[in-house]
Amino acid sequence: MKLTEGQKAILDGAQGEVKAKVMKTLVMFGEIFGAEKMVPVTHAQGHLVTSFGIGLLKPLFRIMDELVRAGLKAEGGFTVDPRPLDYGNVKCNPLLKLVFDKFMYSEQASYEEQLARVGLRDKDAFTCTCYLPEVGNIPQKGDVLSWAESSAVVYANSVLGARCNRNSGMLDLFGSIVGYVPYFGLLTEDGRKASWKVYVETSVKPEAQILGSAVGMKVMEDVPYVYGLDKWIGTDLNEEAAAYLKDFGAATASNGAVGLYHIDKLTPEAKESGEKLIKDDAKTYVIDDVELERIYASYPVMWKEGGKAKLVFIGCPHLTYTQLVRWAAEIIGVVRSAGRKKTAVRTVLCASPYVVKKFVGENATLYEDLMLTGTKITSICPLMYTNNPLTKATAIATNSNKLRTYSLSRYYKDKDILKIISGEVSR
Amino acid sequence: MKTFQGRVIAGGNWEGEAVVSRAGVNTLATFQKSAMANKKEVTVSDQNNPDIYGLNITGKALCLPITIGSTTGGLVIQTVCSMKINPACFLFSEHIDSLAASGIVLARIWENSDVIAVDKLGKEFLETVSTGDRLRVSEDGTVTILG
Repeated sequence: MKLTEGQKAILDGAQGEVKAKVMKTLVMFGEIFGAEKMVPVTHAQGHLVTSFGIGLLKPLFRIMDELVRAGLKAEGGFTVDPRPLDYGNVKCNPLLKLVFDKFMYSEQASYEEQLARVGLRDKDAFTCTCYLPEVGNIPQKGDVLSWAESSAVVYANSVLGARCNRNSGMLDLFGSIVGYVPYFGLLTEDGRKASWKVYVETSVKPEAQILGSAVGMKVMEDVPYVYGLDKWIGTDLNEEAAAYLKDFGAATASNGAVGLYHIDKLTPEAKESGEKLIKDDAKTYVIDDVELERIYASYPVMWKEGGKAKLVFIGCPHLTYTQLVRWAAEIIGVVRSAGRKKTAVRTVLCASPYVVKKFVGENATLYEDLMLTGTKITSICPLMYTNNPLTKATAIATNSNKLRTYSLSRYYKDKDILKIISGEVSR
Repeated sequence: MKTFQGRVIAGGNWEGEAVVSRAGVNTLATFQKSAMANKKEVTVSDQNNPDIYGLNITGKALCLPITIGSTTGGLVIQTVCSMKINPACFLFSEHIDSLAASGIVLARIWENSDVIAVDKLGKEFLETVSTGDRLRVSEDGTVTILG
């Protein structure tokens, strides 16, 4: 890799041993992909994937200590994925609380101190949807990023037209500290070209997270160019379309390894360059009703046989403001229609602290009515909550394909989730 | 006996047993339960990957196309390497992905791990090798299926 004099000086230790090691990691990483240079990070605000003080992540805490001792930080600041716990809104029994506090997240408080020292933007900057207007970590088209969090990276690349590789936790921070990232993959013109043509030929609007799952499982880490979605979500990248793509993208990234997709007639680069973005030898994948149902039916059910839903999580990735308003209204509606006062199953909605504040501030009656149904709103990461040895004891239902992938939760379509919440069905 | 030539990401000489995933390996889903429970060995916990679900992969050669899923992946690989419960080798049929590459680099630079990684072994490698096969990995990136 050809480095500038300044980059070479960092690598040679001119700014200290730890920063040299940070640069060495990025250079070695880039060389694996044939990167010939390091390029400046042009959207200085980072986003980190590791928000959780899980005791076993000793390497992470040790490196953070080294960075702090060396006085290194991300000068542009950063947002970070959601916190794992919120006992006020996501109650735990004493045993689970003990497991979380003493074993799993025993380092949470000290880790948050480390985060603050290396550049955490503020105490509410914990969300996987950092790019939403309420949160405000919004890159411009063409910006180079040093982010992680698969759902945020794929959103930034695809919906915002920014440029970011699927960086791992730790390397996200390293790039933000040195201000450079290796130039390869999704940062390059060629790396942003599609090697799959995906045709959506369903008879109804596909569930975003099942469609994303199908695409992710098929194309893995390749770039797909998707035709036919404009029929269902339009050609205007408005808030509703963006929210759909947020959920679609999260599923492509967690069920596969997609870092960028193009939606014909909708996403910025597809609008700008159209089919010029497609490689000559691109493969084809057709998704119709039968294919979507095949994918849906393939999800393993990890509940005990005959198990009934005990907990519902909605909002992985975190809900947008409009999604939160819609879910609140729908939950209140189905609970009332069923002649109930409370939801049939404990229900938790997840959104960023900023979105929750806006929702509570601007929708007093809706919020009050929602609280009367017993529904809770939180800003935690449901995956971090479900990711514990006692999860098996609770049958969790979700409309998140990402959460399904990383836990024993069972995936349901939106309409079926509402049936569980209203008590119409229990599994 | 069949030999395949790959590219060395992190070299070393090793001989042992293969565990094979024909589908992409979801790093977080694969390692999380054993790592969280501080186990001495990794039993694969990814219920979506029937090829390797429930198998012990510690000290073995994990043969795979690429890794997929969460961008915690690299940190997870670094962590299992620091806990010394990692697969001894990661043998990729395709070009290594960015998350696995991060994990291998972090493990080598920050943990002084001796984890081995070879990529670009080719589609035929993954079609030929089976779980339970004995493999020999050489520091020049050759992988021999001993049978």
